[in-house]
Amino acid sequence: MSNTILKVKNLTKNFYTASGVLSAVSNISFEIKTGETLGVVGESGCGKSTLGRAILRLHEPTSGEIYFDGTNITKLPPAEMKQLRNKMQIIFQDPYESLNPRMSVSQAIAAPLLIQKRYKSSQKHEINQKVLEMMDLVGLARRLVNSYPHELDGGRRQRIGIARALVLNPKFIVCDEPVSALDVSIQAQILNLMQDLQEQFGLTYMFITHDLSVVKHLSNKILVMYLGQMVELGTPSQIFENPLHPYTQALLSAIPVPDPNIPMKRVALTGEITSPINIGEGCRFAKRCLYAKEECSNVSPEIKKIEPGHLVMCHLFS
Amino acid sequence: MSKAIENKANGQNKARSAWSEIIRRFKKSKPALFGLMFILFLVLVSLVTIVLDISNPEIYNNYVIKQNLRNKLDPPSWQHPFGCDEFGRDILFRVIWGTRYSLFIGLISIMIALFLGGTFGAIAGYYGKHVDNIIMRIMDVFLAIPSMVMAVAVVAALGTSTSNLLLAIAIPQAPRLARIVRASVMTVKDKEYIEATRALGASNATIIVKYVLPNAMAPIIVQASLSVGTAILNIAGLSFLGIGVQPPTPEWGSILSSARTYMRDAWHISVIPGLVIMITVLSLNLAGDGLRDAMDPKLKN
Repeated sequence: MSNTILKVKNLTKNFYTASGVLSAVSNISFEIKTGETLGVVGESGCGKSTLGRAILRLHEPTSGEIYFDGTNITKLPPAEMKQLRNKMQIIFQDPYESLNPRMSVSQAIAAPLLIQKRYKSSQKHEINQKVLEMMDLVGLARRLVNSYPHELDGGRRQRIGIARALVLNPKFIVCDEPVSALDVSIQAQILNLMQDLQEQFGLTYMFITHDLSVVKHLSNKILVMYLGQMVELGTPSQIFENPLHPYTQALLSAIPVPDPNIPMKRVALTGEITSPINIGEGCRFAKRCLYAKEECSNVSPEIKKIEPGHLVMCHLFS
Repeated sequence: MSKAIENKANGQNKARSAWSEIIRRFKKSKPALFGLMFILFLVLVSLVTIVLDISNPEIYNNYVIKQNLRNKLDPPSWQHPFGCDEFGRDILFRVIWGTRYSLFIGLISIMIALFLGGTFGAIAGYYGKHVDNIIMRIMDVFLAIPSMVMAVAVVAALGTSTSNLLLAIAIPQAPRLARIVRASVMTVKDKEYIEATRALGASNATIIVKYVLPNAMAPIIVQASLSVGTAILNIAGLSFLGIGVQPPTPEWGSILSSARTYMRDAWHISVIPGLVIMITVLSLNLAGDGLRDAMDPKLKN
């Protein structure tokens, strides 16, 4: 229990839109142990990012509880939340959007230190030292210290984003698709950097992505999401060698095999993703599921433990 | 010195302060520089006339407001380069002495309007929902009243004085600026870098002032510099109704509006103050444009 850094219990986030209640995250529970990585996968719009932001309370959760280091942070008042933000940070998907265009590299990296009052703005020398230290750490050349984001390429920008998240020395980082906006060659660099940093500082990651192959190599556990719900949770070997949920199977079959002699067995999904607004009872995947039965569209499935650490939410296993 | 060497050793770009950077970029734009120079020239002119009024009031009495009906409606000549008005007063003198009223009332009233409108607009745009609805519906009520009627109402309620005149000009402009600020803030507040700042623990006030407004500045600067022209013309309108700058005080707008009657016989009375207002507004626009570009690091070189 002591080395569980984050525990999420029945977390739900609804958005109230003009056309009805949008269920972005529905009743999700999981734990992350210190120093481990939880991969969160699922298609666009399934609520992965909302889950990450709700944990950081960038979106206020509708219901459920979040425990960080054993403390319930779901209803923490703003002053204590500000303190807590020293320990939990986020890296964003799009390094073109996530950096203030009016701030140079040094200003962007120094901003967290000033907001959290680690230094006074008069301590220019100390701040500058810290900024250069961070730039070395994330592999940014020191000569770029006064450049602006628009002068740099995507990989370098993402390094700034990582430096900004790391400068406060957090324990837990939500990585919201940190590499999906980058070139493949740069993706590898950034992923390696993030792994190195995790080892060096004992960081805990929650790694959100739609790319299964990325998450396979990085995570200790994988959480598969579909329309706001957790459909399967397990270790990479459980998920990749023994995928239980029909949606996970379909996702895995979409990974290209780098061998032309192996015929690809694709489980092609038909039908459109159900609208997340005003969802009723029943399995949310039922309309696209190959094995859908009568009860699937009427009764919501329960989460079942199939083997230690391997959870699935599907009527096929009840 | 040692720091410069250290920077050089690390191969860093030279660190420049934000303001010196803005000034350097501003200087590169010739039109903006012209605009700024002209405004500074007008400021200088008004300061000189203020000093002259204190040291030698006779100039004001004998040349600016003294009627001389023998010169009535004289066209431009060597003696009176801008011609004379319907009371035979030299228009050049009146335009020079009128600078301070038009320029300062215009500038200061827009600053007041920008402060009022900017505050409400930024709050409405940032918080959205009910706050936005309440603030913007009140602004809509203000917008529904024609600006001249509102200005007259303000002066009628508070009495004729320069400070009330400033308010009378500023209050009708405030909702217009509030709309621009709100729209501009709304486009910026959902950007990921604002969310990143929130994740760092910054307060809403810090986010609005330090992160949202600088990025929302461009349309605000342009609108504000355009509004100064409207403000100068509004002063003229109020003066025409007898509740603005009181005659015989020379103010550009009032010279212009009194010239209306003599447009057929003496074009110069309306054209010359009109041109001066136009060039002033143009200069403010050019300077505003230049400032907007200079503050945008993306247009660095």
